[in-house]
Amino acid sequence: MSDVTHETTVRVAERVERLTAETSEGPQGLRERRSTGPDELGREVGAVLRGTGITLDPRDVDVERHDDETMIINMGPAHPATHGVLRLMLELDGEYVLRTKPVIGYLHTGMEKTGETLSYVQGATNVTRMDYLSPISNELGYCTAVETLLGVELPERAIWIRMMMAELNRMASHLVWMATNGMDLGSTSMMIYGFRERELILAFFEKTTGLRMNNNYVRPGGVAADLPDGWEDDVTVICDTILERTDEYDELLTGQPIFRGRMEGVAPISAEEAMALGVTGPILRSTGVAWDLRRTMPYLAYDQVDFDVIVGTYGDNFDRFAVRLNEIRESVRIVRQCVERMPGGDYRAQDAKVTPPPRARIDESMEALIHHFKLFTEGFQVPVGEAYTAIESPRGELGCYLVSDGGPHPFRMHVRAPSFANLQAVPLMMRGGMVSDAITVISSIDPILGEVDR
Amino acid sequence: MIPLPPTAPPGVACADALACDVACFPTSGAYLDLVRAWRDDGFEICVDLCGVDYLGHPGRVLPEGVVATRFEVVVNLLSVSSRRRVRVRVQAGDREPRVHSLFDLYPGTEAMEREAFDLFGILFDGHPDLTRILMPEDWEGHPLRKDYAVGRVPVQFKEAPGPR
Repeated sequence: MSDVTHETTVRVAERVERLTAETSEGPQGLRERRSTGPDELGREVGAVLRGTGITLDPRDVDVERHDDETMIINMGPAHPATHGVLRLMLELDGEYVLRTKPVIGYLHTGMEKTGETLSYVQGATNVTRMDYLSPISNELGYCTAVETLLGVELPERAIWIRMMMAELNRMASHLVWMATNGMDLGSTSMMIYGFRERELILAFFEKTTGLRMNNNYVRPGGVAADLPDGWEDDVTVICDTILERTDEYDELLTGQPIFRGRMEGVAPISAEEAMALGVTGPILRSTGVAWDLRRTMPYLAYDQVDFDVIVGTYGDNFDRFAVRLNEIRESVRIVRQCVERMPGGDYRAQDAKVTPPPRARIDESMEALIHHFKLFTEGFQVPVGEAYTAIESPRGELGCYLVSDGGPHPFRMHVRAPSFANLQAVPLMMRGGMVSDAITVISSIDPILGEVDR
Repeated sequence: MIPLPPTAPPGVACADALACDVACFPTSGAYLDLVRAWRDDGFEICVDLCGVDYLGHPGRVLPEGVVATRFEVVVNLLSVSSRRRVRVRVQAGDREPRVHSLFDLYPGTEAMEREAFDLFGILFDGHPDLTRILMPEDWEGHPLRKDYAVGRVPVQFKEAPGPR
């Protein structure tokens, strides 16, 4: 009998060993305490943020702990609460998190390398798949960089269409965030509601761009198509519905004692810490820094519309929730102004260099046909140079660094993904919290893994 | 173009840049001091750090006195207080690209430097944990280098030429 037990034990041990070897990330993973130096330990708990007034406190590093007191567990990469294929290695003392290390790269598809083989026109198709919840923002960031290099002037209508679509997209993105955040906290009704409202916007996107997601709508030189007939009514209905329902969700969640209990005071981050870590977007604003590129470094026509930059105070989970919730309302305000003030005219720059000729011209003019053909097979050439442009995506500063060698393909396309930088705040926010708080922390950071890994 | 901060090391070449207040081209020796000077001048956020491999590029425009090397590290700094942007472009070397890490100045560059190391093989002195971040640990080569070919998936129609 004891032989059998022994054999089983050996088999189980072998299996554990094999599984460990198969899933190990090597040095990318979180190492055990005994093979981690004090400096490294300090870095992993976020004690190295040497901004003004923040110094390394050795007592925070808890070097006196030993491996047999703690446990390293995996969360993800296929855990439903990690919002994608994010793997977190947590070191736990009982129910409390001591160290965290995000392990990323499970969704790495080499989009920056792919971008170098696609022409500038095709490039938007590529970048739109990065942050799959706000495709318009990605395209906008990329196209702004291309246009900066080209020096193309956009017609007014293109600018306003872009702004309206970007704001609709921000609403959709924040609604999905509210949905998933609700589900992470056990409010499954919020999950259903959030996705239901997002569907309204996606239906309008489908009507306008032909696709619900990955729209490839914003193109260098303008947008792909004009708004459909009757778009004002559609957008007004969307605005009315979402504004009304946002109030309902506000009522559903904000005053809810369990929700507040799990959000208030959980995982606070200070403004200095956030800026030192390169965190932008709603997370930075929740700490009280009124930094919104739409206001502080206006692009498109954001300097002509009326809206408020929402800021928080404590930088905790609840503030991040409140910032996003109210940003939906501000987006509604901007979209309403877009509907009122949408200028007429062309929806793309009539610059023969970047814009294909109108469809009707192709039937009657050989030159137009050749021009169209050349533009879509070879692409247009962009002058030698480098440009970094940034826009405010729903998650923070989305930048695009483009290097051109004068040819029809970008020589180097780098996207500064907001989630990639924001994710670095995870170890700091998690520290000292409970495992159940870990879920809310990931949720409140709102990482999109497609964008993190690119 | 805005002037360099007073604490900046001498002899740093500067130029105008698109959508940015100034682009600086320090030598790799002056790189860390220059970024520190900018940080002390009120640039709180290092928004972006990325590598560029200029192999096969017909020639970039650099100010006089800057010797172009194959690899370049591009740092974009942002000042929240004064609403300015600054770009620092440092020539990292040809064979074994190597620059100093900015981790001590901006802890947020940790993941970005790891990414530049992973995809370009640029080494960052003083980085606490220079491991691969996007590619698997046992991956060979650095995929975003220009001499690293784009992979290809075999297709059913063998005679058909592959994409590019």
